[in-house]
Parts: sequence; structure tokens; C-alpha cells
Amino acid sequence: MSYWFTAPWPWYVAGPIIGLFVPALLLVGNKMFGISSNLRHLCSALIPGKLEYFRYDWRKSGLWNLVFLSGVLIGGFIASHWGTSHDIAVSPATKAALTQSGIHDFSGVAPHEIFSWHALLTLRGFVSIVLGGFLVGFGTAYAGGCTSGHAISGLANFELPSLIAVLGFFAGGLAATYLILPLLL
Amino acid sequence: MTTMTTKRQTEGDDSGKPGSRPMLILVYLLLGIAFGIVLTRSEVLSWFRIEEMFRFQSFRMYGIIGSAIATAALSIALIKKSVLRSASGEAIAIPKKTLGTGARYAIGGTIFGLGWALTGACPGPLFALVGNGVSVMAVAVLSALFGTWVYGLLRPRLPH
Repeated sequence: MSYWFTAPWPWYVAGPIIGLFVPALLLVGNKMFGISSNLRHLCSALIPGKLEYFRYDWRKSGLWNLVFLSGVLIGGFIASHWGTSHDIAVSPATKAALTQSGIHDFSGVAPHEIFSWHALLTLRGFVSIVLGGFLVGFGTAYAGGCTSGHAISGLANFELPSLIAVLGFFAGGLAATYLILPLLL
Repeated sequence: MTTMTTKRQTEGDDSGKPGSRPMLILVYLLLGIAFGIVLTRSEVLSWFRIEEMFRFQSFRMYGIIGSAIATAALSIALIKKSVLRSASGEAIAIPKKTLGTGARYAIGGTIFGLGWALTGACPGPLFALVGNGVSVMAVAVLSALFGTWVYGLLRPRLPH
């Protein structure tokens, strides 16, 4: 049991468990699993202004999701403090490609050479963290969902809009991986 | 499905009837904690895993996302066949997304994809990473909030 809690899970365990969050939220409160709408709720709750997109009762429609989101933060903390941490078993091909691009530190969940306070004001740190974060927020709001809302909930409900969105996710992801990252790393 | 949609309209959608079932808030918190643990143990919050995926050098992420979709699809099909109500007392109904021109999905999706590969994280993992102690990701979270706000600003002028 404790092994299962501390070791990385194989994909065939992790995937179905992630999928079960969809029926769990439907059965608890008739809610659709989707994380990115929280960014809108947070803007609505925290940023004053008159923009129509943020003028709605975020407590009524989004409080449950914000509570869920705070749980995600706590869960990340618990999981990282409970048990021993493992380096990610990065595939040899990816490791070789990244090493060639100048990434040498494979400890931790994200490379310290990009994702640290120290690297924040370097070009690659700034583009990855600040620009990347901006694009995540802008893109998910524009598309009306992210990996959870479109790729998992939407595709599981056979929604054409979600299929278009997911194809977009991959088009953008491939463009960033093959066109932008080589310039940065 | 049609009858479920009608029920949904008469009962109001996302209201969740605040106050009637305060215990449910605790359930959402516990589910969120479970999700944060899952994101960490499955390693889907790792930039390295996202890199592997977009370079097609590991099956792992495809296996995870694929089996998550299959599990969710099977669950949704079973729920639609049943006459279950949610614990909050509502009839379970999943509203269909409106397609429009599809532009918002294609363009917005591509913009998110760029950000997904650059940060190595989608919105859930952004928060789980902060919990994992990658504190600089709080900057990415603030940036994402700003991105969402800018979308709200430009929304009337964007194709949807």
C-alpha cells in the first residue's frame, strides 16, 4: 500500500484514476470536470473592473471548483512530502535530445535550469514561465477549456468542439517543441 | 438526453444550491487533494513527461490520457443510462458545447498548446507544481491569470 503511494504509478493505473474524476464530480454535484474555468473565477473574484466576461456570480458557479483547485495544491504538497522522491524516468531519446540542447539537470519534476527563481529572468526562463503561463491562461479561456475540460471531459462526451480544441493543443504543442524550444535551450 | 436537458433547465444549472449541502464543499476539497496526489504520482505535472509526449518518445502520456478518456467515456455512458441524481440532489445532465464557427477552439486550443509545451504544464499541474515546491510556478499562475484577463478584455473583438 505504502509502495503504491510513494512510487510513480504506471500509466494504466494513473489514466483510469484520472478518468474517474469525471463521474465522481457528476455524481457528487452534477459538475463537469475542468480546471481552467478556475482562472476565470479567480479573475472575477480578485480583479476589479467592468469586463463583461468576469461579471457573474463566481461563488455560485465556481466556488466548488475553486475549493477543488485548492485541494490540488494541497495534494501536490502532500504527495511531494510523503515518501521518497524519485527522479522522473525520462525516456533515453528525450534525455539525449535535451542534453544536446543544454539541459543537464534531470532531478526533480521540471528542469531547475529553466524553472527556478534564479532562471526566471533568463530568456528561456522568462519565455517558459511568464510567456508560457500567459499563453496557458489566454488559450484556455479562448478555447473554453484545457486538458481536463476538453481532452478528458469533452472527448469522453464525444464533443466535436473538444476534438477541434485538442487538435489545436497538439498543433501548438508541436510548434512550441520543434520551433520555439530549440531557439531557447 | 432530451428529458435530462429539460430537467436541467427547470432546475437551473450550475447553482449547486449553496447552503443546502455544505458537506459537499468538503467532498470537493478531498477530491481536489486526491487529484493533486494523482497528478504528482502519475508524473503528468512533469515538464519532462510533456517533452516526451510532444517528441513522441514515450507512450506514457498517451496511455494516461487515452485510458482516462476511455474510463470517463464509459462512466458517462453508464450515468446517462441510469436515472441517478447527484448527491446535491440535481438530475445529472451534461450540457453540450456550442460549436459556432469552431474558430475559438482551433485558435484558442493552439495558443494553449504553445503554453502547455513551454511551461510543461496545463492548469491543474500549474497549481500542483506550486504544491510540489516548484515555487516559481506561482509566477506562471499569475501570468495565466493575466492571460485569462486579457482574453476577457479582447473577447468582443476575437472570432468565436
